[in-house]
Amino acid sequence: MGAGPPAQQCYLGSMRKLPQPFQNWLTKKGWSIHPHQLEMLDRAEAPALLLIAPTGGGKTLSGFLPTLIDLAATPHKGMHTLYISPLKALAADIKRNLTTPVEEMGLDIRIEERTGDTAATLRKRQRADPPHIFLTTPESLALLVSYEDAPRMFAGLKRVVIDEIHALAESKRGDQMMLALARLHAICPDLKRVGLSATVEDPAAIAHLMARHPDPCEILLADPGPAPDIAMLHTAEAPPWSGNGAAYAIPAVLEQIKAHTTTLIFHNTRAQAEIFFHKLWLANDESLPIGIHHGSLDRTQRARVEGAMVRGELRAIVCTGSLDLGIDWGDVDLVIQIGAPKNVKRLIQRIGRANHRYNAPSKALLVPANRFEVVECVAALDAARAGELDGDPRSTGPRDVLCQHILITACAGPFDADALFAEITSAGAYSTLSRVDFDACLDFCATGGYALRAYDRWQRLIQTPGGMWQLRDPRSARNIRMNIGTIQDTDTLKVRMKRNRGGRPLGEIEEGFAATLTPGDTFLIGGQIVKYEGLREMTVEVSRDSAKKPRVATFMGTKFATSTQLSARVQHMFMQSSWPELPDHTAHWLTLQSERSQLPRSGHLLIESFQHDGRSQTVIYGFAGRNAQQTLGLLLTKRMEDLGLGPLGFVATDYATLIWSLDSVTDPAPLLDPDALRGGMQTWLAGNAVMKRSFRASATIAGLIERNTPQARKSGRQATFSSDILYDTLTKYDPDHLMLDITREEALRGLVDFGRIEEMLLRTQGRIDHLTLPRVTPLAAPMFLEMGRVPVKGAAEERLLAEESRRLMEYSGLAQITPAPSDTPRWRVGPCPPLAAARVLFQTCPDEGI
Amino acid sequence: MKGYEFTLSGAPLVALGSGALWWPEQSLLVVSDLHLGKSERIARRGGASLPPYDTRDTLNRLAADLALSHARTVVCLGDSFDDLAASEALPEEERHWILRLQAGRRWVWIEGNHDPGPVEFSGSHLAELPLSPLIFRHIAQARACGEISGHYHPKATVQARGRSITRPAFLIDSNRIILPAYGTYTGGLRAQTPVLGDLMRAEAIAVLTGPVPTAIPMPR
Repeated sequence: MGAGPPAQQCYLGSMRKLPQPFQNWLTKKGWSIHPHQLEMLDRAEAPALLLIAPTGGGKTLSGFLPTLIDLAATPHKGMHTLYISPLKALAADIKRNLTTPVEEMGLDIRIEERTGDTAATLRKRQRADPPHIFLTTPESLALLVSYEDAPRMFAGLKRVVIDEIHALAESKRGDQMMLALARLHAICPDLKRVGLSATVEDPAAIAHLMARHPDPCEILLADPGPAPDIAMLHTAEAPPWSGNGAAYAIPAVLEQIKAHTTTLIFHNTRAQAEIFFHKLWLANDESLPIGIHHGSLDRTQRARVEGAMVRGELRAIVCTGSLDLGIDWGDVDLVIQIGAPKNVKRLIQRIGRANHRYNAPSKALLVPANRFEVVECVAALDAARAGELDGDPRSTGPRDVLCQHILITACAGPFDADALFAEITSAGAYSTLSRVDFDACLDFCATGGYALRAYDRWQRLIQTPGGMWQLRDPRSARNIRMNIGTIQDTDTLKVRMKRNRGGRPLGEIEEGFAATLTPGDTFLIGGQIVKYEGLREMTVEVSRDSAKKPRVATFMGTKFATSTQLSARVQHMFMQSSWPELPDHTAHWLTLQSERSQLPRSGHLLIESFQHDGRSQTVIYGFAGRNAQQTLGLLLTKRMEDLGLGPLGFVATDYATLIWSLDSVTDPAPLLDPDALRGGMQTWLAGNAVMKRSFRASATIAGLIERNTPQARKSGRQATFSSDILYDTLTKYDPDHLMLDITREEALRGLVDFGRIEEMLLRTQGRIDHLTLPRVTPLAAPMFLEMGRVPVKGAAEERLLAEESRRLMEYSGLAQITPAPSDTPRWRVGPCPPLAAARVLFQTCPDEGI
Repeated sequence: MKGYEFTLSGAPLVALGSGALWWPEQSLLVVSDLHLGKSERIARRGGASLPPYDTRDTLNRLAADLALSHARTVVCLGDSFDDLAASEALPEEERHWILRLQAGRRWVWIEGNHDPGPVEFSGSHLAELPLSPLIFRHIAQARACGEISGHYHPKATVQARGRSITRPAFLIDSNRIILPAYGTYTGGLRAQTPVLGDLMRAEAIAVLTGPVPTAIPMPR
């Protein structure tokens, strides 16, 4: 749990403060206690207290020590401490680690976890008879707060411990959690809040979010420990120009695994982890025990890997962010990061996984997957050595989360709008929320908030004669509870081995990927190759296969943006004339770029055009950061659509935008005309894919789209009509609606950044270096394997459709028997031909519910 | 009327990009699964309050098809209303709109599983409508021929140069046509679904709706 050997920092003076059983227990274990753990004890009465400590600094014990001591001294009835962690696995891990000392000291403390995986009978009992220490996640907490008996369940609660708060503070999950805490604080006014955070750039920002507004929040900074030992992995073979699998490094990685006890191999995406694991396994001649762990694998599969890791049976685990947070597993002595770390803070936290001992430096190796990433890795290493952490400030609390919270509150019983407003503005993120905005959200929850007041009879919330708000139909509480949460998963389908009665579950794949599969196709999941057999009741059935070249399943998963700080360092490197700090192969690659095309020059905008993949490709190296490059992609494809160039889509990185189209760009200058771009900015928002994506996310969180309904769960059918239809309808008939306002705000928050485009245009003043080249350039190559491609729906789609229709009809021979548009009837049917095996399988309409 | 032209049982027909079917000889327009009043029904049952503009959007598109075609007969192939209560709950403005669209033409409401009974609008209310050589009904029957039905909301996907394009689609073979859903708040059922595969003959085509209706072999 963190207090542990080596026992170098023993502060005897403070040790006196520990009650006897605790001191005896530590002595028996031969452990000592960190100074910040004692200081947390000293400040246990602070209304809000934030601890910033590096991984391995015994954060969790710091959080629980005051609870354990209090419970050991005074018997407590009901819940004493609520622990919230961002990961289910973390809650389970903490329970294991807390139970040991509690049992060994013979304390009468009941510790239980509750997550989405907890059995229904236990959940029921927990509500009637809560444990002393209750471990949960933000989503489960929001659900508990929605029950009528929440005041009874949380009565007497004294402390709340929020673990890994830095991970929650950056997301809507954190906003939702803080709103739930505001609710709890109203039930238990003396509640003390404790936040545990890894090293972050701006502790005060987290403190502001964490404390009940306007309470102060004390911040305690622990000794950061020795600097980590990070380097780039040296390989015999040079990394490729393009690609993100790092297959070239497999032999070198295997050597490192052999030389260490346990190695964690981090990847930025689940798909990359799958490919790497597959290749590593093929090269694993000595059959070293190696596992794979990521969030799309089935729970039992993950639990098996976790168990093996705790028992020290694995030499290496190929993983993603699912192992990112402070789970204390086994004796990890090396962390390998495959692919460029997209921000320095995440790199430092991952490195913290190695050597989970406070006083030993962590050891980590970076493995760039291509030469572009070599440059990024070198920049990240420089930043890490300089102690430069990155982070983007968050603005006020999002209103879609607020809408969901209003509905959750209504589920728990009638509420008073004034009291709820006061409660919500006590959450740091919402402390500046205006009453007008709150009322608009309440109206949206109650009536839908439409200009056309259609639902007077069917309002979701109604006002009682006494002025309290409540659900019109108590049954809708069930729908609302089924849709609690702010995590935006793509629709996924479960994957199972095909068996007579349902085989072993393997994990999940994206529905969009499943739709592209035809029986016989192979793909990788959980490190094994499987063959697609078919779809049964919304489950993908597969069988084992020994194909050599499987396709790669696409998984949902967060795509991390490189921080602006890091991308500025990279840009600077490109401007150099020589690169003594880079390995030879990468310096050579940059030289090659300058020969075949050119390197981006200071004060100029480099644009490359070439043919590839049967399409025209254009790359704009704006170095404006991912958000701005993405916006540039949206604006330029719109301009190209107007000019009839048939844009098909684009993808943005922190450095460049790649656009593919049917016709090629011969003169980019008119496309980049600042006035035209600004004009486009005014109108583009309405009809593009990014806005629709934001709408889908916000409308789901705000409760307009219910992803889960009791009906859908019964029939196993998916939500039936696309959220795009709702977006288009609102844009057309109710353009000032709250949901569109929230969508614009969300899109602007994350994606637009037009200011940096202006800055880029100002910097380059129309000085465009446009090169038309015979093939893909060294610098452009990595763009082709970037994820997050945005399709452009326009005239090109009609052209493609016509093209593909001709091809398919010719190929199938149907072009001969179906009449092409002509007036000669070809299907002149006399007697009806027999219909073999025609059956009508179901009589219900395929369009139940949304 | 421009669209995808073909014949069924000798009758020349046109599949329109809007999802309606046009029979020029009879000046007859067919639309299926309008699901008018759907947002109201969802709200009534305690679901989300969806933008209440679906009915007017559907009627807008229907009015546009009628203005272009000057159809003398309109056949609504069932599930015209999301349920019978929804047909009664339509706002006055939308009821009048439907009456205006009906003026001066024959109008046939075929019953669907969502609206299995007479609605209070004028026009003929039928379980099915035979009109030689064709027959109009809500749900396709296995041994029928010359049959025009709806119910399944078929949609089809084309993969072209890495782009996947999915649209509501007509399914057409020498025995029958299954129309896509015309209503604004309607989803689709993939053409690959076994029930559709069993109904349609091997050489069936799918005609994707959109600015230019486009035929492909029916995806299996």
